[in-house]
Amino acid sequence: MAEFKHKHIITLQDLTKEEIELLLSTAESMREINNRDIKKVPTLRGKTIINLFYESSTRTRTSFELAAKRLSADTVNISPSTSAATKGETLSDTALNLLAMKPDIIVMRHAVSGSHSFLAKKVSCSVVNAGDGAHEHPSQALLDMMTMKDRFNRLDGLKVAIVGDITHSRVARSNIHGLTKTGSHVYLAGPPTMMPPGIERLGNVTVCANLKEAIQDADVVMMLRIQQERQGKTLMPNAREYARFFGLNPENLKFAKSDAMVMHPGPINRGVEMSSHVVDGKQSYVLNQVENGVAVRMAMLYHVCGGELE
Amino acid sequence: MSEEQTVILDTAGIKRALTRISHEMLERNKGLENVVLIGIRSGGAHLAEEIRDAIEVIEGEKVPIGTIDITLYRDDVSGNLPHQRVGRTEIPFSIEGKKVVLVDDVLFTGRTIRAAMDALMDHGRPCCIQLAVLIDRGHRELPIRADFVGRNVPTSLKENVEVLFDKSNRAVEVVLQKPS
Repeated sequence: MAEFKHKHIITLQDLTKEEIELLLSTAESMREINNRDIKKVPTLRGKTIINLFYESSTRTRTSFELAAKRLSADTVNISPSTSAATKGETLSDTALNLLAMKPDIIVMRHAVSGSHSFLAKKVSCSVVNAGDGAHEHPSQALLDMMTMKDRFNRLDGLKVAIVGDITHSRVARSNIHGLTKTGSHVYLAGPPTMMPPGIERLGNVTVCANLKEAIQDADVVMMLRIQQERQGKTLMPNAREYARFFGLNPENLKFAKSDAMVMHPGPINRGVEMSSHVVDGKQSYVLNQVENGVAVRMAMLYHVCGGELE
Repeated sequence: MSEEQTVILDTAGIKRALTRISHEMLERNKGLENVVLIGIRSGGAHLAEEIRDAIEVIEGEKVPIGTIDITLYRDDVSGNLPHQRVGRTEIPFSIEGKKVVLVDDVLFTGRTIRAAMDALMDHGRPCCIQLAVLIDRGHRELPIRADFVGRNVPTSLKENVEVLFDKSNRAVEVVLQKPS
């Protein structure tokens, strides 16, 4: 039986299929706790978890915080405006100072890709990636996969379309690694300016010329947010034109399978990547994703606490 | 490691023990009113199903049955071993005010039962908790005893008692393994 021996979760690229499946299986068991009247188990009692968020976040930070609290860990949140980074402290110094307070896990979000690997080398506690630049966002991909598995009872053989700004999307990269390891096929579409060359080398991935081609007969349609804070102004003419070519609406959703699930990692730009009819429609699983997020993050925190020093 | 193995209970013996436990349970609780069975995953969960079937033969009524996984309530999770897979807890009814009979296969240190009781309390406040086990092998480390016991088996700490199940999760044999 698979065991989880990692002390950190930084990428899904580093995890095996069996480890991903173990995390998903644990997450399914964790979900039961979230539906009780008493939403707490004593498992991580006495552990301290620091949520170090260098980028703004509502869903991910709240979700990690709830996950930690439901496992009885103590949590501290550090957000960009309250951190000493605004006074010029380096990540390395911040990490060593936090470490002096003896945390067991640091959950970090950072705008620079690879900052978690750097942090993991500096500290003796566990590091969990809550998003690093355009690199990976493992907890998001795991909760996406859990939501798909709930619906189809498998991941093997699913056709998953991911549409939007692939270049800047850590969600897309983590999903590509996770989904192709578990046997799904990923189809990508987006404006050529937002499609990184060579992305198909990451796994079982097909780059499509347009939205229709990508979502044709898809089981899952995952729309990505246009990350205007990351991209320059030159990647697309305007939001209206983007919506015309790459926005999901009830008309073009018909190309996917009739019971296809529609997903979005949030926050949604309504009317840009998805029309409100789709967001609030019957095929939308956006809120199921958020619900599963807490369970998946409980599973991640639980397993890294049992991991070995590397 | 080579080990010597003795059969303590065969299939018929297990069935007789579970039938007797079922009778005792009915007698103690004066019937089935408010009684629910909760099996501890995984051995106890299988045995709980067999007890439910045995009670149905006697009383013609099905007792509500649930399953509890105690992994998250263990007292040794902070060790440095990889954390175990967490199984599903499935209690499809409220245990508030119920007479809960916890079912486990082997009662040993009592730590599993302590964890199970803590887990149960997080699901509600039962009227009382009783404990049914197929084997009591002694060596308690906590002040816990069983209300219904299939068989008491004196063991040494080096030995291991295991209840074996077939593919359809029916208990077929109880074996005592001695290291040789």
